[in-house]
Amino acid sequence: MAENLVEMRELVKQFPVKSGLLQREVATVNAVAGVDLDVKRGETLGLVGESGCGKTTLGRMLVRLLEPTSGTINFDGQDVTHLSDRELKPFRKRVQIIFQDPYSSLDPRAQVGESIAEGLRLHGIGDKDERRERVTDMLELVGLKADHVGRYPHEFSGGQRQRIGIARALILKPDLVVADEPVSALDVSVQAQVLNLLKELQDELDLTLMFIAHNLGVVEHISNRVAVMYLGRIVELTDRDTLYANPLHPYTEALLSAIPIPDPDRSRDRHILQGEIPSPLNPPSGCHFHPRCPIARQGLCDVEDPRLMEGPDEVDHLAACWLRAGDRAVAGV
Amino acid sequence: MTDQQVRKDDEIAEAQTQAVIDSAHLEGLEIKSLTQWQLARRKFFQHKLAMTSLVILLLVFLAALFADFIAPYDFAEPDVPNRSSPPTFEGQHYFGTDKIGRDYFSRTLFGTRTSVYVAFIVASVSTVIGVIIGGVAGYYGGAIDNLLMRMTDLFLTIPFLAILLVLSAFLGAGSPVRVAFILGFLFWTGLARIVRGEFLSLREKEFVEAAKVLGASDSRIIFRHILPNTLGPIIVNATLTVAAAILVEAALSFLGFGVQPPFPALGVLIADGQDSLTTLWWLATFPGLTIVLIALCINFVGDGLRDAFDPKQRVK
Repeated sequence: MAENLVEMRELVKQFPVKSGLLQREVATVNAVAGVDLDVKRGETLGLVGESGCGKTTLGRMLVRLLEPTSGTINFDGQDVTHLSDRELKPFRKRVQIIFQDPYSSLDPRAQVGESIAEGLRLHGIGDKDERRERVTDMLELVGLKADHVGRYPHEFSGGQRQRIGIARALILKPDLVVADEPVSALDVSVQAQVLNLLKELQDELDLTLMFIAHNLGVVEHISNRVAVMYLGRIVELTDRDTLYANPLHPYTEALLSAIPIPDPDRSRDRHILQGEIPSPLNPPSGCHFHPRCPIARQGLCDVEDPRLMEGPDEVDHLAACWLRAGDRAVAGV
Repeated sequence: MTDQQVRKDDEIAEAQTQAVIDSAHLEGLEIKSLTQWQLARRKFFQHKLAMTSLVILLLVFLAALFADFIAPYDFAEPDVPNRSSPPTFEGQHYFGTDKIGRDYFSRTLFGTRTSVYVAFIVASVSTVIGVIIGGVAGYYGGAIDNLLMRMTDLFLTIPFLAILLVLSAFLGAGSPVRVAFILGFLFWTGLARIVRGEFLSLREKEFVEAAKVLGASDSRIIFRHILPNTLGPIIVNATLTVAAAILVEAALSFLGFGVQPPFPALGVLIADGQDSLTTLWWLATFPGLTIVLIALCINFVGDGLRDAFDPKQRVK
């Protein structure tokens, strides 16, 4: 069995910008602009970046809610990049998604049991009694009660709804689950509960998890490896401990310094980024981060576009920065 | 966040939830939850105007439905000795008779039956067309949406009465069913726009995406997930269409392009009575009042339904 469950290569998603009476295409937005990323079996890969950086688009392509514009997605040895709805059916059974908004992610007119059982019914698994049993088992597994099956979503709190969403995603026993900011709409105390639940379920069900968040603090708790995304690209990728102890990319440094410390007496050097995230309609030349970068070097960073390069440390540590990774940085040029 | 902190947070949150439930029990409060339909029903029952209107409507509809048993006279048979009788209780001519002695109470009952029958067909036909066109446009979007919505705009810009007159002249007016279908094919535009809007917004909802990721087909998503969530506006619109159809059918019949005699539609009765408005005033008045009563009541019921389905309006 190959080590990688998912291999994404040169993945691009463009959205057309249309305008005028005839809806002519006037521009394209590169929401995801060339991403190479692998997800290893059994790991939790954290994907972090600020809003608009393309992390949700990447997640949606991975579950094939969106079709990539170019590049390939390989899932367990099969190219799923451009499969049709019909061809995707076996894939659908193995890859699921947990959504951000616990309020819009459940059908308000469907009983919770129906929502959770839908996957089983769609894939023709079990008869009515078996499905009912699996649904109640699943409800108990995510920390709800078996007699909740007949209730409607509005009877539950945000955290409970998110548990229902998790139950719906896990009922088919998928191999890969994309969790798209599953806790960012919840209260902090409930966030912790849901994160712990995900972690427990992952051990129990042997899941591979891609965990999308805009907050490095949340990702630290759950991930094995972390990818940092900026303006449609991965800018840094390494294991969790290395990333938090020794970040290479200046953008990662800035993100890390933004995590609040729960101690009023301690202060930390904050790298406050200048300016706004540039529009993906018109990305900056060279390194996309150079206009906001505290260490950018003129004549290099604003001209040449860095790819992910091996960093100077011993471990597997990739960063897209001319000054911190790659042969030139290592050689101290 | 360390694991220990997290576990503590877990316990605190659980304890808080339990405390809220306990205190509710202590105060003798029962925590009861209602489905959206139950909420809507409760709100509708509390809407006095709508409920009164609904009762009146049901009475009128039942009377029309059982006109054969209730009507004291046949609608076409003249009671010759009592020609041109004003409304009276003696000969059971509650709404009077016309110049040849036909009983206008009976004629109004049968006329109401025809008009309501036509109106229900119109509402059904236009609802089916409107839901299909609006649903397809909203769900698939893009070029299909553009095409269907421009077609809808076209239908909306054509002067209604003019096209009705042309169509019924062309197809030949007469039978109530034919009039109903002509009207139905012209009445769907408003609903199509409403349904399109609902589909557009629901299509982007995460529960629809979740169904897609689970492997649901387009038709399952449309019929199981989107349509049930648009039923409220569809029902309200269908109700209001019944009222509008009664009015338009009456106008059309009055002008002689709708239901033709011998079918006694309400519009036909008013047209018959208009020649003698100064002498036999009751002929046009009672069918006219019936139309007003029905249309008014249906509109109140529609308002009540709209309020009931509006989640922003709370139960008092």
